[in-house]
Amino acid sequence: MVSASGILGYGFPESSLKAGLSRKPHMIGVDGGSSDPGPHYLGSGKTLSSRLAMKRDMALLLQGAIANRIPMMIGTCGGAGGEPHLQICAEILREIAREHDLHFKLALIHSEQNKAWLKDQLQADRIHPLGGAAPLTESVIDRAERIVGMMGPEPYRAALEAGAQVILAGRSTDPAPWAALAMHHGMPPAQAWFAGKMLECACNAALPKKHDCLMGTVAPDYVEVEPLNPELRCTPLSVAVQALHENASPIIHKEPGGLLDTSACEIKAHTERAVRVSGMQWRPQPYTIKLEGAEKVGYSAITFAGTRDPGLIAQIGDFIRAVRESVATKVAAFQVSPEEYRLVLRLYGKDGVMGEWEPLKDATTHEIGVLAEAVANTQDLANVVISVTRVTLLHTDFPGRMCKEGNMAFPFSPSDIERGAIYEFSLRHVVEPRDPYEMFPIEFENV
Amino acid sequence: MPKLKDIAKACKSKNAGPFELTLDIMFDDAATFDKVRKTGVISPQLIADLYRVPVESVVFTEFPPAHAYKATIARRIASGAVGDTDVYGAQQHAPLLDVEIPI
Repeated sequence: MVSASGILGYGFPESSLKAGLSRKPHMIGVDGGSSDPGPHYLGSGKTLSSRLAMKRDMALLLQGAIANRIPMMIGTCGGAGGEPHLQICAEILREIAREHDLHFKLALIHSEQNKAWLKDQLQADRIHPLGGAAPLTESVIDRAERIVGMMGPEPYRAALEAGAQVILAGRSTDPAPWAALAMHHGMPPAQAWFAGKMLECACNAALPKKHDCLMGTVAPDYVEVEPLNPELRCTPLSVAVQALHENASPIIHKEPGGLLDTSACEIKAHTERAVRVSGMQWRPQPYTIKLEGAEKVGYSAITFAGTRDPGLIAQIGDFIRAVRESVATKVAAFQVSPEEYRLVLRLYGKDGVMGEWEPLKDATTHEIGVLAEAVANTQDLANVVISVTRVTLLHTDFPGRMCKEGNMAFPFSPSDIERGAIYEFSLRHVVEPRDPYEMFPIEFENV
Repeated sequence: MPKLKDIAKACKSKNAGPFELTLDIMFDDAATFDKVRKTGVISPQLIADLYRVPVESVVFTEFPPAHAYKATIARRIASGAVGDTDVYGAQQHAPLLDVEIPI
């Protein structure tokens, strides 16, 4: 099995895909998304990668799959795997098929969840919090812009069994496409899941790390991985390091229906560039599906400025407190109550990166950047608050002030930037479906 | 006394989902990892102190195949939520760099 790249649209060398296809793989696939870039994509319905970048990757994969009569699968389409993300990927795929006169059976696997169904599950006590989250409530479901379930490999297998050659799926656990294909061909779940884990980030498991194609071979008692670019290699260490990537534990991976346990794994170099892993175990658990949701929390406007004034920097804490008080007074004069907006001030050069976790409280610096953000229920109000904040940052007096023309250097005109609607991840829960399929309807189409 | 930044191959942070942050400390070889391990400095308590979280909330794993430690803690603020400073969680590793290792 081939994994083309870290995420659809991140790119890969065409020569690597060709090298992969020459080895007659049983499928080619790519992961399409992640929650890593934050809640915006799930909330807004916009894609993570650009349409152009996704089309470039998808065209090469589709042509390769059709020419070699093998399946092509993309998980978590469009970055977040919601319905708009799946639809834009399907539209790109159809466009490529028209342009290259390609014909195939397509399966679209939907992952966006019906709110009424979720409320029924809540009533039936089939939704449980994860990691200390509060129990789910109907109002959290109602407020969510979009909720997706993270599917396992089973819907992919069902699509394969129904003869689909191309599978575009909504939100999926990252290993799902490859785990599905391997199990479809009779490989045991432990090896199939492990292969998926290795392949989901493609050459993240290789050295040097690159956006490039990775080949994975699954046998009943081992998994072998090898990069398809001759300049890259997998070593036992690079493969072990992949197990650390973006997981809470490198040893126990929680997946729908079980745990992948790698504690007894043996990782051995098979050639200079290929690594074989054996000893992985699959421990079946009650079948649960992770839910992801994003809700709109308001509208944001920002402004950015920097100070080079040593007198101001020496009393930045007091200055910021004075700015906050002054902004509150001025905004209150517009008959706006303090509950209607939030003002977030990030101080770069002080603790803009780590916030309260910053251990260096009193480090000296010659510049501080102030990123001011106003969040309110309307864009208009966010704009009003950021405008007042800009002026207040510029002109608030402080003891020993030498440059009364302005406290801050603003790099842009206009200085205030509308960010539009903003979202937060709002669910951290699993649901127990009656079976692995009911949440993920499959739609077939002859393209 | 050497600091982690002098002897580790990598000290890094990254999201493990939108609500958790995972810290990885990796060494070049088994020998270095074993020497560091014997000092007992890298522990759930160290992570709890550096990031001011309760020690019982630290998910801590030694992972010899990668000559590595992994610690996972709750993010201060969920990824991308109002007030967050690091959507990818990729720049929360600095406190690890100056940890002194008596080897």
